Amino acid sequence: MMMWEALREGLDEEMEKDPTVCLMGEDVGHYGGSYKVSYGLYKKYGDMRLLDTPICENGFMGMGVGAAMTGLRPIVEGMNMGFLLLAFNQISNNCGMLHYTSGGQFKVPMVIRGPGGVGRQLGAEHSQRLESYFQSIPGVQLVACSTVANSKALLKSAIRSDNPIIFFEHVLLYNVKGEVHPGDYCQCLERAEMVREGTDVSIFCYSRMRYVVMQAVAELEKQGYNPEVIDLISLKPFDMETISKSIKKTRKAIIVEECMKTGGIGASLSAVIHESLFNELDHEVLRLSSQDVPTSYAYELEAATIVQPEKVVEAVHKVCGTRVAA
Amino acid sequence: MVLGREFEEMCAQMYYRGKMFGFVHLYSGQEAVSTGVIKACLRKDDFISSTYRDHVHALSKGVSARKVMAELFGKKTGVSRGQGGSMHLFDREHGLLGGYAFIGEGIPIGLGAAYQVAYSRRVLGNESDDRVAVNFFGDGTCNVGQFYESLNMATLYKLPCIFVVENNKWAIGMNHPRATAPSGIADNEPWIYKKGPAFGMPGVHVDGMDVMKVREVAMEAVERARRGEGPTLIEAETYRYRGHSLADPDELRRKEEKEHYAARDPIPQFAKYMVANGLATESDIKALEAKVKEVVDDCVEYAENSPKPDMSQLLENVFADPKGFGIGPDGRYRYENPGFTAGTAEVS
Repeated sequence: MMMWEALREGLDEEMEKDPTVCLMGEDVGHYGGSYKVSYGLYKKYGDMRLLDTPICENGFMGMGVGAAMTGLRPIVEGMNMGFLLLAFNQISNNCGMLHYTSGGQFKVPMVIRGPGGVGRQLGAEHSQRLESYFQSIPGVQLVACSTVANSKALLKSAIRSDNPIIFFEHVLLYNVKGEVHPGDYCQCLERAEMVREGTDVSIFCYSRMRYVVMQAVAELEKQGYNPEVIDLISLKPFDMETISKSIKKTRKAIIVEECMKTGGIGASLSAVIHESLFNELDHEVLRLSSQDVPTSYAYELEAATIVQPEKVVEAVHKVCGTRVAA
Repeated sequence: MVLGREFEEMCAQMYYRGKMFGFVHLYSGQEAVSTGVIKACLRKDDFISSTYRDHVHALSKGVSARKVMAELFGKKTGVSRGQGGSMHLFDREHGLLGGYAFIGEGIPIGLGAAYQVAYSRRVLGNESDDRVAVNFFGDGTCNVGQFYESLNMATLYKLPCIFVVENNKWAIGMNHPRATAPSGIADNEPWIYKKGPAFGMPGVHVDGMDVMKVREVAMEAVERARRGEGPTLIEAETYRYRGHSLADPDELRRKEEKEHYAARDPIPQFAKYMVANGLATESDIKALEAKVKEVVDDCVEYAENSPKPDMSQLLENVFADPKGFGIGPDGRYRYENPGFTAGTAEVS
């Protein structure tokens, strides 16, 4: 099945299991979601549980927080993650901080999800990566799904979590095909995923960049390299067990991300790696990130803004040295 | 009302004596609104949300005065364990959904609680669930987008949410007419209650210095909401006797205005009413005042003698599920490390 179907299945299963789970957002009800994640569910669960909101992100995000504080488990969808910039007040102050500021009295078991990332010529405002902006908010977890299997399994966990989870989907991954885990499988929100075990270099990535990296890996294998690829999954907090084990093995690290270089997820990860694993490194950590520019409409400029497989190959050459194919 | 006034005046004393810090916003003068709406019309299981001027809302809702004072002193026995302070009073048991520092951000929260009640009735089948949520905020808040977004959704989804504007004419140093345009084409006044009908709900104006009038108007709005007929916007004309906060030099408000509202002080007004209608005698009132003074003195003693927060509180409540701090290099969740309860664990 495709990722949108997997997400839909996860949502349906959790809504069926727990009557306090509900979805709110623009066009999530009758329209079925801008990427079909809630397609047809309003017929099964009704208009209150698939709440079509007016266009007022900060308002309905806050409404979600209030509902979560008083006993529901809402999922609030940003039609495009970028729109959630309008809800930053509620996400930062209330979603993230309220459990602490209330002395632990109110929990906010919410999932904030939506499509983000650079698509196909959608222009600067529809091509945003908010994971770097939300990074510093205390009290939230940031999770990025990337495959059919992990998207459903992570969404189920996120819905069941008592913490507020910001769940990043990618506009270009909804039609990716794959298999879901059987049964009621829920994936741990705090663990990274080993994509390919290797020995030469640790490549850390997330979301769509996983596919860009694996494309590069196909080429690198031919050239005789043996990279280890890890999908971070949990952008905050970092799974330091998986990350440090990998670096101790390969002694080299490359971070491949779609958010912008300045203040990105990679900036945090790079700092943490240098601070805690300095003596395990043979080379400084390389960060491959998007350019610090608004995403252009024109195809070539857009392509030059984000990381392409060739850049990953180059980076591996840089840290590992040139190799002769076996 | 008397408790509210005594409590707030004590806060001023405590602040200037260095027991209370930061931004403290006192409610003195506005007691009729808090008592008239909350004390007179709401139940323990109803919800309220407020702004930073939340001390008396908390007291009216039944929150322990001792715990509020302890919170203001930053002690661990405070309602929010000393972690919230004056502007962030929360009490789950009494349905106090928060004091909020950013005005307007508490309104969708109250709306969400009302949504939860509607959900309880319409989805979960609890047809007799008639709880309501009341949002309190000021004139300045009525220009914030979230206010309008919430009015729209409250009517659209027919939620049991009541919006109470405590129009005390001043948003720090901004006099209401300087910040808010007139509310009608033929109107010269920036009425807030007139915005209700524009969003499909009744808008009511009331003299916020008269507790009986506030009670009457609030009762009707609350009953309406309990019957499932939707939201109401109430504009209460009121006044704060002190500055915006204890740090405000209050230089802009004219003497005549202050004197006008001092003459309409809700507390002596209501005392006169009670005596005139045989509801209480002068000595009853004196006894009440003495009792309240005792209560407030007791609060201060309680707060003084309460311990400061433990260092464990640094990390404890950041997440409802401390797994949120993640997995450390040793493979254990970070909250499992001994330093976590001492507030010294590495968590990032």
